Amino acid sequence: MALINKNASQILATVVSNKRVGQYHQLIINIGDLATVCKPGNFVAINVGGENSRMILRRAFAISRVSSSSTFGGTMELIVAPHGQGSKWLCAQNEGSVIDVIVPLGTAFGIPTEPVQVLLVGGGYGSAPLFGLAEVLNARGCRVDMLLGASTASKIYAPMEGKRSVNSLRIFTEDGSMGQSGRVTDPIRDLINDMNIAVIYSCGPMAMLSAIDAITRGTDVVHQCAVEESMACGIGICMTCVLPVSDTEGNITMQRSCIDGPVMDGAHVQWDKVGKTL
Amino acid sequence: MTALDFSTTLGNAWFPAPTFTASGCASSGRELSQFFDLSDIGGVVTKSVMMKARTGRPTPRMAETPSGMLNSIGLQGPGIDAFIAKDIPFLIEQRSRIIVSIAGETVEEYSTLARKLRSVSGISAIEVNISCPNVENRGLVFACDPEASKRVIDGVRRTIGGELPIIAKLSPDVTDLPSIARGVVDAGADALALINTVLGMVINVDTMRPHLGGKTGGLSGPAIRPIAVRAIYQVHAAMPQVPILGMGGVTSGKDALEMIAAGASGISIGTASFGNPTAIMSIQNELKELLVTKGFTSMRQAIGFAHRPEEV
Repeated sequence: MALINKNASQILATVVSNKRVGQYHQLIINIGDLATVCKPGNFVAINVGGENSRMILRRAFAISRVSSSSTFGGTMELIVAPHGQGSKWLCAQNEGSVIDVIVPLGTAFGIPTEPVQVLLVGGGYGSAPLFGLAEVLNARGCRVDMLLGASTASKIYAPMEGKRSVNSLRIFTEDGSMGQSGRVTDPIRDLINDMNIAVIYSCGPMAMLSAIDAITRGTDVVHQCAVEESMACGIGICMTCVLPVSDTEGNITMQRSCIDGPVMDGAHVQWDKVGKTL
Repeated sequence: MTALDFSTTLGNAWFPAPTFTASGCASSGRELSQFFDLSDIGGVVTKSVMMKARTGRPTPRMAETPSGMLNSIGLQGPGIDAFIAKDIPFLIEQRSRIIVSIAGETVEEYSTLARKLRSVSGISAIEVNISCPNVENRGLVFACDPEASKRVIDGVRRTIGGELPIIAKLSPDVTDLPSIARGVVDAGADALALINTVLGMVINVDTMRPHLGGKTGGLSGPAIRPIAVRAIYQVHAAMPQVPILGMGGVTSGKDALEMIAAGASGISIGTASFGNPTAIMSIQNELKELLVTKGFTSMRQAIGFAHRPEEV
């Protein structure tokens, strides 16, 4: 097994800023030189609740972008939805708060060696890591088109500066409150037929990832998706965050989304067997 | 300041430190080895291995609870042959001391697993997990049945008894733990691992169904620590000569000392590693400091200290 988390370190990191963006919080956290080893698709595991908290498990968050040249030194950006107790605690941390983080963790997105055409598909705050990915793909010379979707406008995360790295950005909301009305997966089949897309990168709810897999199945398009399963440890020891995945010989095994993922080959994930006994 | 003797023994196996991983909470050591040197702790207790590769229970497999968590993994693992071929060599290369945890579906399977490990060098002891709560058939929780527990340990003893210490891992989910403990010691266990997780359940009030794919799960973490301390205290009181590997929600050096005072010769750290991959290292350091502060010159002096007679 490759040493996937070989660059990971546990550090105390300072929150540089915390801003509300729609229904989300944008947190900038100083992680020093670790910013230089973070890749798009990596995540961070954060201790929540303070020293005497009854929350004993870390919370995992996708890193949306890193900057190694900000005035604060190396920083990472997280886009957090204050859903549960842990994420609410994190969103309540002010500038100057010190938090315990382990970063970077997990398998990152694979970057094509050739400047091919790629499509990025994000659902809800799942779009966050796609902007950092777009920068890397853009620098590689890829044509980058992006589709973002959510149920309603306030759940779309699309920062102005993020649009610089994409050739086109289309937004879909189910209630039609922003962009086109419909689901983010609606135009994908036509785009595959009309454009020479080599890779689809996706991040968002499992139902969206599964729907993209149904579209790419039987085509030459590679689907790299960042999966989401509840994790206890984030470092590969607890075996709770598993998904059924087939290997090259067709054997299905339970793979850990934290260390064997979060980025997985969508064609290998057995979407119909998720949550079932194998 | 006098040097502290931090070493311990479980049966005839010697360890330089009394701090171990807990089976099922460290996989086979590889992942944690990126955060600390595995040879710096007492030893790695590997995830309970079965005869065949096993995929385990469906997701969701985890639910966080106040100061604890429920898991229902269901002994996912590579099977004994792949484990011996891949995981043991890695641990030996890391100069880690190794306690291999085994789990069988039948009494015979435990003996077969022990036989396969007999010819493998570099193992310090065998943990016989007869108390995993995450099996489809609750009848397989041997440790809830005194007769079945004895038969399993007796079979393992006949295979490897005298060669490797046998540590029987017991469940707290029984009425009379000391009598089950006595039964497995009589059958040939050299030491006891106390406690496995406590059977529990969480119901999701959105779906109004059990949250875990396996419905029930094992509760671990600080929430169960008083249960573990009680179990260790009771069993040590009944059989003070039998070494106990204590575990259940240990998060600090103070927690570890509490278990040692109750009667544990060693401490396994499980769920704490999920929240903090270097938990074992900090617990080890805190425990050393505490022992020295309290005037102990060896860790072993503190074992069972809470049982000492009243001072008059």
